[in-house]
Amino acid sequence: MKYADMVHRCFRCGYCKFTSDYTDFNCPAYRKFRFETYSPGGRMWLIRGWLNGDIKNSERFQEILFSCATCANCVEHCVFTFSDDLVNIFIAAREELVADGLIPPPVRDYLKNIHVNGNPYKAPAAERGKWAEGTSMEAYAGQEYLFYVGCVGSYDERAVKIARAVGTLLVKAGLSIGILGEKETCDGNEVRALGEAGLFEQLAAQNIQAFRDLGVKKVITLDPHAFNAFKNDYPGLGGEFEVYHYTQVLAPLIQGGKVPLKECSLKVTYHDPCYLGRHNTEYQAPRSILKAIPGLELAEMERNGENAFCCGGGGGNFFTDILGGGEESPARLRVREALDTGAEIIAVACPQCAKMLEDAVKSEEMDDRLKVMDIAEIVNGCVI
Amino acid sequence: MTDITQALAGIVGEAYVSNHPEEAYFYARDPGLMPPHAPDYVVVPKVVEEIQEIVSLANREKIPVVPMGAGLALTGLVIPLKGGIVIDMKRMTRILKVNETGRHAIVEGGTSQGLLKSYLEKHHPRLRHSIPDSPATATIAANVMIHGQGRLTQQYGFNSDMITGLEVVLASGQVSRIGSCALSPDWFSKGAPLPDLTGLFLGWFGATGIITKIGVKLYPKKKLRDVEIFLTDRADLVPDMIYELTHTEMVEDINVFAQPKPMIFKDNHHITLFFTGDTDEELEFKRKTIWHSLDRFIRNKDGGFMGVPPVMKPTLLDMPQRSVSRFADVTKGGGFEYSGPIIMVDKYPACAQKILELAEKYDLGYSGMARIIGRSHAMMYGFAFTFNRADPDMMERTRKALHEVSVFALEAGGIFWKATVDEQRMAMEKMDPVTLGLMKMIKEQMDPNGIMNPGNWEVTEV
Ligand SMILES: Cc1cc2nc3c(=O)[nH]c(=O)nc-3n(C[C@H](O)[C@H](O)[C@H](O)COP(=O)(O)OP(=O)(O)OC[C@H]3O[C@@H](n4cnc5c(N)ncnc54)[C@H](O)[C@@H]3O)c2cc1C
Ligand code: SF4
Ligand code: SF4
Repeated sequence: MKYADMVHRCFRCGYCKFTSDYTDFNCPAYRKFRFETYSPGGRMWLIRGWLNGDIKNSERFQEILFSCATCANCVEHCVFTFSDDLVNIFIAAREELVADGLIPPPVRDYLKNIHVNGNPYKAPAAERGKWAEGTSMEAYAGQEYLFYVGCVGSYDERAVKIARAVGTLLVKAGLSIGILGEKETCDGNEVRALGEAGLFEQLAAQNIQAFRDLGVKKVITLDPHAFNAFKNDYPGLGGEFEVYHYTQVLAPLIQGGKVPLKECSLKVTYHDPCYLGRHNTEYQAPRSILKAIPGLELAEMERNGENAFCCGGGGGNFFTDILGGGEESPARLRVREALDTGAEIIAVACPQCAKMLEDAVKSEEMDDRLKVMDIAEIVNGCVI
Repeated sequence: MTDITQALAGIVGEAYVSNHPEEAYFYARDPGLMPPHAPDYVVVPKVVEEIQEIVSLANREKIPVVPMGAGLALTGLVIPLKGGIVIDMKRMTRILKVNETGRHAIVEGGTSQGLLKSYLEKHHPRLRHSIPDSPATATIAANVMIHGQGRLTQQYGFNSDMITGLEVVLASGQVSRIGSCALSPDWFSKGAPLPDLTGLFLGWFGATGIITKIGVKLYPKKKLRDVEIFLTDRADLVPDMIYELTHTEMVEDINVFAQPKPMIFKDNHHITLFFTGDTDEELEFKRKTIWHSLDRFIRNKDGGFMGVPPVMKPTLLDMPQRSVSRFADVTKGGGFEYSGPIIMVDKYPACAQKILELAEKYDLGYSGMARIIGRSHAMMYGFAFTFNRADPDMMERTRKALHEVSVFALEAGGIFWKATVDEQRMAMEKMDPVTLGLMKMIKEQMDPNGIMNPGNWEVTEV
């Protein structure tokens, strides 16, 4: 296994479970399951035990490995010099399990669906561009930016609304953007996180080729997950593009007066998506958009920025649901924390977070008090 | 599912009981050097009633129970030596009450040091507790159970001296309240003026009961905090220096460390002095008083204050000091263990000499660290060695070095702190037989079936 020479270095001290000021346990998997085995240090020790032959691959071992949301809280807070590699180590262990074909059924199904259909929804590729019907979005044909929407934004009912909100807002702001529609394929971020390195490389190669063929230089993503793959993993595979999350282009457009905004008296809290925040240290762009809306009050949750608590959807869990369910599911804990701020809206910048938190709001029966909205949806409601 | 698993699931819920090999593997170990032994079950209860039911079941079935906080004592105290049920306390983390004017907090038995610190910072910024340098996930209850020491130990003694009451589940499954809370709604005293029953539990490593609530004293938190380091190469003078420093009554905490790395630290003893104040004036007054207390040593060229570089300050002022944990990875091996006897301060030179000797003999990376307890009443001298978990030979050498520390410490008049089972045996062998008999009597009365963390403090013969 890659990183096998590192796993013994975990001291089991548990700093990785916390926020930086120790407000709470902040590893979503540990927070739900509460056995040490589901914490970052626990995973490190179990991986070592497994490599040494002291424990075997079992359903439980798989659950432990695949419940990691790759949220990178441990990367942020482990006090040792190998901290940067923690998520990579967990992914490397998953790769071994995937290679052996001994993985949880939902993981297997997800990977299979991507392999066969190019998306996890078993939906026809021809329907990938449907989300844009009736909008002013145009097919990519040499515009300045490619707007990449990803599987969730293309197919999921809730996420489609967000994709439309973002797309139309960017067009309205005068940006030259185009979409791939049915030519788009999965970015592979979750495929990589779930340990299918080969399939990831194949998807990346496909995307890189498609972007190159079309002469794409700059990409705006809807989804922080795609943003992460394009920005951090594609360059190593020959895909050098200028990559932005949509909030990073929207923020300066708003500052520059390209999106005139009216007074909107709203109390909003912002949930940092792990792949925008901790993985890519973008904490300010989304906040600056919200703060630019006159009358909008931004109330931070206790855990925010690099200490934000993951919604539990990362690392493929959005699809496999190993972390979901039950009163202690990360998303449900998160919406309770959001409600504590007194905000009426949780602003998100990721379609996966949107869906996770919206479901949690329903489970918690908070629909009458708390609404989940993408930043673009909030802005759209405040455009003059 | 076995009957016991089913019964436990009926108590804590299926999700919070495990008899899987994964948990058995993990909870069989702690980060130290003791050999593993697997539990049969691990449970993660949420409320005291669940613990009562678990212990009642265990008592009925004669199954061992081992309470575990964060498992960071390092000396194998949470390893279930005879199998049974490990009770992971870390779902019981509520801070039940902070009495601002009475300066105490009541927390649950799994509440971590970090959580209380963070809570106080946010909600009671004028209060603090005596935080140890163990990783923040270490629990308050376990720390007093092993008579830990923290930032305020030089001023107020062991952390276990700073408690205001206990709620304990006994081996019978009954709940007992110890201290003023036994008869009053207020948790202000752990014993006085009643007979102090905390001694039935503290220091027993869970072998007489499981703490489910604990009252801890809080102390004034000053607005400013700073640190100075006095450097000396004269280990023999360190006890005198400490005497002068403690005479000022102005130091928050005194730690003395000596280690070979980084190279600039080698051959020197660093007396690290933390102090606090509400105003710059108060802080400066204390700084000057502390400086002057060591004038004669400076005049004699036996040491001097080093300017603490600004980059070093956050590391030293950090609470808990994360850098202490980092010591585990000095050899890129993720391991560190220390033997920390409680011993008289005048033994500092001998301890400092001993650690050098052992590090050389066994070719180990080391760090010697003393924390002063009270006004020079005693110290914890930590003989810390770092080891590589992937190097069995190095682990064995570390074990041997630590064993030599134990022998040395006992001969030097010290007492083992958070003693391993071997050290417990050594201590009991040396102990006054009447005292040992008393311990035996207490243990037999409190735990007639021998289910509470068995293997620990087992008096076999008197
Ligand atoms: C890097 C490092 C630095 C350290 N620095 C310090 C320091 O500065 N000061 C200090 O005092 N210690 C220090 N320690 C030692 C130790 O980690 C701490 O004392 C810590 O508080 C132990 O807490 P824990 O929750 O990890 O205890 P555990 O190891 O989980 O438990 C210790 C003992 O208490 C028992 N126990 C646990 N919970 C309960 C309960 N609720 N009721 C009854 N019994 C219980 C256990 O069975 C065991 O016998 C340090 C350790 C490390 C690794
Ligand atoms: S991953 Fe890092 S912080 Fe977490 S237990 Fe291991 S060494 Fe400690
Ligand atoms: S990446 Fe997140 S979920 Fe995974 S172990 Fe680290 S903190 Fe836990």
